[in-house]
This record gives sequence, structure tokens and C-alpha cells, in this order.
Amino acid sequence: MFVRKLTPALVALVLFTMVLASCAPAPAQPVEVTRVVEVTRIVEAPAAAAAATAVPAAGPKRLDVVKQRGKVVCGIHTSLAGFGYLDADGKNVGFDVDFCRAVAVAVFDDPNAVEFVPVSAAERGPALQTGEIDLLSRTATWTSSRDAQWGNFTVVMFYDGQGMLVRKASGFTTLEDLDGATVCVTTGTTTELNLADAFRQRGLQFTAVTFEDTPSVYGAYEQGRCDAATSDKSQLAAVRSGFANPEDHFIMDVTMSKEPLTPTVPQGDDQWFDIVKTVAFVLINAEELGVTSANVDEMLKSEDPSIKRMLGVEGSFGQADLGLSNDFAANIIRKVGNYGEMYDRYMGPEGLAFTLDRGLNKLWSNGGLIYAPPLR
Amino acid sequence: MQPTHTAQRSVPFWRDDRVLTWAAQVVSAIAGVAFVVFFISNVLQAAKLRGLDLGFSFIRDAGGFALGESVIEYDPSMSFGRAYVVGLLNTLKVAVVGTVLATILGVIVALARLSTNWLVNKLASTFIEVIRNVPLLVQLFFWYFGVFQQLPPVKESIELPGPTYLSQRGLYMPAPTPTATFRPWAFTVIAAVVLAALAYYFLRRRQVLTGRPSYPVWTAALLFVLIPAIGWLAVGASPLQIDIPVLERFNFAGGLRLTTEFAALLTGLVVYTSAFIAEVVRAGVLAVPRGQVEAAKAVGLTYGQTLRLVVFPQALRVIIPPLISQYLNLTKNSSLAIAIGYPDLFFVGRTIINQAGRAVPVFVLVMGTYLIFSLLTSSVMNVYNRRVKLVER
Repeated sequence: MFVRKLTPALVALVLFTMVLASCAPAPAQPVEVTRVVEVTRIVEAPAAAAAATAVPAAGPKRLDVVKQRGKVVCGIHTSLAGFGYLDADGKNVGFDVDFCRAVAVAVFDDPNAVEFVPVSAAERGPALQTGEIDLLSRTATWTSSRDAQWGNFTVVMFYDGQGMLVRKASGFTTLEDLDGATVCVTTGTTTELNLADAFRQRGLQFTAVTFEDTPSVYGAYEQGRCDAATSDKSQLAAVRSGFANPEDHFIMDVTMSKEPLTPTVPQGDDQWFDIVKTVAFVLINAEELGVTSANVDEMLKSEDPSIKRMLGVEGSFGQADLGLSNDFAANIIRKVGNYGEMYDRYMGPEGLAFTLDRGLNKLWSNGGLIYAPPLR
Repeated sequence: MQPTHTAQRSVPFWRDDRVLTWAAQVVSAIAGVAFVVFFISNVLQAAKLRGLDLGFSFIRDAGGFALGESVIEYDPSMSFGRAYVVGLLNTLKVAVVGTVLATILGVIVALARLSTNWLVNKLASTFIEVIRNVPLLVQLFFWYFGVFQQLPPVKESIELPGPTYLSQRGLYMPAPTPTATFRPWAFTVIAAVVLAALAYYFLRRRQVLTGRPSYPVWTAALLFVLIPAIGWLAVGASPLQIDIPVLERFNFAGGLRLTTEFAALLTGLVVYTSAFIAEVVRAGVLAVPRGQVEAAKAVGLTYGQTLRLVVFPQALRVIIPPLISQYLNLTKNSSLAIAIGYPDLFFVGRTIINQAGRAVPVFVLVMGTYLIFSLLTSSVMNVYNRRVKLVER
């Protein structure tokens, strides 16, 4: 990741702090040195905040609190193309933002009943731990330590991973095709390490051209200094869309690291956890069953029992136990769309942000990893 | 009566100049040492508080990152320490080559600047003014992205005789590589060098002592060429073979490679430093009294001889000290390589800091290494300075 770009400044800050500490007798607060600028992952939670989670959230159920408030408080990104950003009218849009809207529809049947809270990478953990947000939908990579410390990770909504950007004319499809190639990469990142690992693991040779500064990496690649450039796929896609001729480049269907981006809820409220998971299941099952925002009203008349059950026409799949209305799934599909629609809206062929092949984010039935338990 | 003597006697020690001077020195020294001790212990304490490890044990751990170029063998499975050495050698490479080239270019520009030819003179002063007044970092970006990256892609390399290939990936040229018979042949080369040096020394001495022309240069040159040539034939199979770069799927393989990162850094440093060296040289030449040049002309020396035998030996006394700081500047400025992706000492140091998470030890190491470079360079140059400086009797 691009985690460590600020390290020089921060190291200077640390040294400076040490000098300051010499003036003040009291031990200074530990300065968080690294990863402040990171996009999808953050610092280990400060010890004090971690301790807070040890106390289970007692008191009223979160669903009741949310209903009383009239809004879902959702922690998001406001400047990450495709996932959470502001459109020309200053409206919060993006794949992650739409997930917040889907939860709001489930509770209130209103995609705008959301209070968006922009959170920085470093604030994400504490915001969950203190329970000030109901939901974090901000490209957070699910890791075991975060699961233990921050909150409950619900359902992986986006399988990101380190990818490889190459010229279309090259015709490369696998890493093996890149044996002997020159690869541009940002120095000091995990990306750099993953790159070396991936090639070593396959017994392939490569020459690295490394820069500290991310624009230089892509500048050198675009000018032809490198045969390929590597980073997280979503970033490569965003960068590619900014090239003079985006069509001349493509992101290889190869994944060199695992970055499962997952919406997360605070710990200690099983009902709320289940509601958010069920919203994700609805989005995914709707795509699988072919129910879209365009055809949902026709689908109400469908003979397929699975569709009937999902849309609340017949039977139930536990809506009442979750405290949701019988037709909440139909509402979500009508107002937000299904998983595929959300993806295509921002990252599909006609996407608002950029175009990124679905790859691992295809449905399981199409060879991807997107899979949800049945709704019954 | 001796009033002065009595007065000195009666001065109490706290008003005695000698005592006060000493006291001031001692107090300053103690304060200085205390400050340093306090600063160091503070760093150590702060590191302990933050749980930072200031040790160097990580240096043996595998680095896991690749580097663009190296003069020694390196791959990601090797240690941080090895990577550091790679960076160090890369810095030395660019510093040594850069210092030599900057000196040559600097002298040429200085002579042009001193020329009485209006055009040459103005061109040289424009060059100096432009180069000295644009920040080096900006110039490096210009050379890298503006010049070297604009060369044709590797598949459409410019082919020069040799065959040498020039592309945006770098300059690939044929490289002589030793074969099995290289070692015996190398001995004939060493023998040739020794014999040529001895011949030069004795023939020149003979010429100086007797005044008879003895052709020391010609003889030495002949020996230097002839002996290895005979050796080449004597060892049978050719001791060297030419490794020609061949275009593979992505890059040229074989031959000698100069990357564009290295080329851009070298060009930037050489051009930038040469402008400063030119001014230093010009100042040195102008410091030689005009009468010396006129006297040289009067005895019939040519322009070249005047420069070589009269002007430069005297100008060097003025040139050397500021030249030392230009050499040091070039070495230190090479740390800007980080901007254009050349893996020098500072670049590798920064990467290690990020990957090993050890800022303080690595910065100490990097600072110490640059300090040693600079001290070595300046001590060597100081020895030279002592040799050329005016011997006063």
C-alpha cells in the first residue's frame, strides 16, 4: 500500500518530539508513526481504545437506537474513486456508500436516511470501538487482529488484491508471461514485498524500478520505462482511467495478495450484526436470482419460490426476527439495486469512476468468490 | 619601586585573566559534553518509552525487496545488510564517475568562459548562470523524465555501432568478458605496466641528466602495447570474448548496461557540479598574475604549454580548497537519486527504514556513512593540496 509515504516527515516529527520530550519531564504520548495515509488498512488500535471494547455494549439495542435517531450513522470514505467519493453535486456516492444506503433502506425504506461520517484510516478502529458509528463501510481489509479488536466484520463485499497493470499490446495474461520483465513499484510498501515474493515463488526473474513517489511510478510506466506496474487492483484501475490512452492498458487477471474489503459493525449487538449481514446476502442473492432494480416489480409475480421468499411475497426468511419489514429486500433492490448493479454503477464497463474487471468479485456461479447463504 | 609587579601580585584569582580564560574553557567544555550526553540519553529514553529497538540485529534479516541495479549480486532473499552495501556501492559508483566527469567538463567550461571569442565566452557564461540557478532536484527530474524517458522504447532502440543500443531502458553495449585463458594473459599485462613504468622512469632520468633525447614516452607506450600483444598470441585461445547485448522478450540480455536512472543522475550531477567547478577554476586562473602569462608568451610557449606549465600549477593552489567542497557536494547531492529511482545509499536506507521499521539506527548508519565518505574525500584532497601549495621558505 502507499502507507509509508509520509514516513520521512513522520520520522522527522519523531526526532523532533524526542527533542521536545527532553524539555518536558512527563513522558510524551507515543506518537503513531506509520500508516497514517493508508487507504485500506490502519494502525493497530491504541491500547486505551482496545480496552474499551472489553466492555460489552449493554443498554438499548442498536436497531432501536437507530430507529429512534431516524438515521444510520455510517463511516465512509469521501475521496476514494469508486468506493466512497463526492460526485459533481457534492453527493456521497460509491460502492461502499451504496452499501450504507442499502442498510438505511432495510431499516427506513429510505436510501437517504444515512448520516455519513467521513473517517480517516486511523479513526476507523476507534470509531467502531466506541460505537459512535453504526456501520463502517470504508474499504477496510478484514484481518484476524482487526476482527478481534475493532468490531465484527460482516460479509466480504469486495475482493481486492495486488494486481499488475500491463500494456494491452503485450498480450500478457499470467505472471509467467512477465518472466524477465521490468516492473515499476512504489518503494517502502507491502506491494514491493509481495511483488518480490510472487516472482520468487514462481522462480521468475524481474527487474524492479522503484520510486518513492506514486505519480513517478505510473509516469515511468506510462512512458514505457517498465513493462508492468503493480499495486492494489482498485488503485491500478483508478490510475489507468487517468492515463492519456486508458484503452491501451489493462489489469491482468492475477492477484498477488489478499485484501478482502468488508463492512464492519461494532461488537456486542448480534441483532444489528445479523441485519447488516442479511442486507449483504440480499444484494448478492438478488444478483444470483436475476432480480434487478428494473425488474423487481415484475419479479413480485415470479413463480420461483426463492424469489418469492426473498421479495417477501411468500414465506419468510427471518425478517421479523431481525425486526425488519417483510418487504425490506424488495425495497433494497428497488432503491439501490443488486450487488452487480452496485458494482457496475461505479466500476463496470460504463462505470462512473473507472472500469475494473470483476475478477474475483464475480458471483460464485460465474467463477468468482461472491457467494451468500440462501435466504430461507 | 616596581608598581606593576606589586599590582600583578595583588590581583585576586577571580580577576586574573589566565585563570578566567581557563575557567571559561572548562565550563564551556562541561556544558558541551553535558548537552551531548543529555541529548543521547534522551533519545535512548524516548526510544525505550516508545518501545523502539535501537539495535542493529535486523541487519541480518532477509530484505524481501528488489533493487533496480547493483554492482554485486543481489536478490530479494538477501539481507538488509547486503542491500545496504548495494546502495553504498551504487553511491560510490556515481560519485567517483561523477567527480571525474564534472572536473573535466568544469575545466572545459572554465576555459570557454575565459576565451576571448565572444560567442564561446557568452555560451559558457549562459550555461553557468542557467545551471547554477536552477535547483538540482528540478534538473534531475528534467534529465530523467524530460530527456532519458523520451528515448525510444526498448523494442525500437537506436542502434549504434558496436553494436550498442540506446533506449529509454538504458544504454546496452558490448562488454569484454574473460575466458579461461584470461588469467595467464593478465600477468603479461601487469608485466607490461611494470616494465613500461620502469622504462619511462629511467629513460626520462637519462634524458634529464644527459640532455640526449631518449624517447621515454614512446618507449613506454611501445612496451605497453607490445608485451600484451605477444602474450595474447602466446596464450593460444583468445583471453577475452565480446559479450554482445541481445534483445530478448523484454530487455537486452548480456553486455554492459547503464540504466537511464543512473544516466540521468550522473548527467544531472555532472552538469550541475561542473558549473560550480568552472567558476572555481576560472577564479583560480584569474588569480595567476597576468605577468606570468605574458612572460610565458615572451619565451615562446604555446597557448597549451602556457596553460599546462605556467598557469595551472599556480592556479591549482587557489582551486583545490573550493574544489574539495564541490566534490563533497556532488557526493552528498547524489542522495537526490531517490527522486528518480536510482537505488543509492539513501534510497536503500529509506527502503530499509520502511520495511524493517527501524528509523533511528538506519538514519544513524546512513549519516555515518556519508560522513565517512566526505571525510575520506577531503583528507585525500588535503594531501594533494599540501603537495601543490606554495612551498614557503
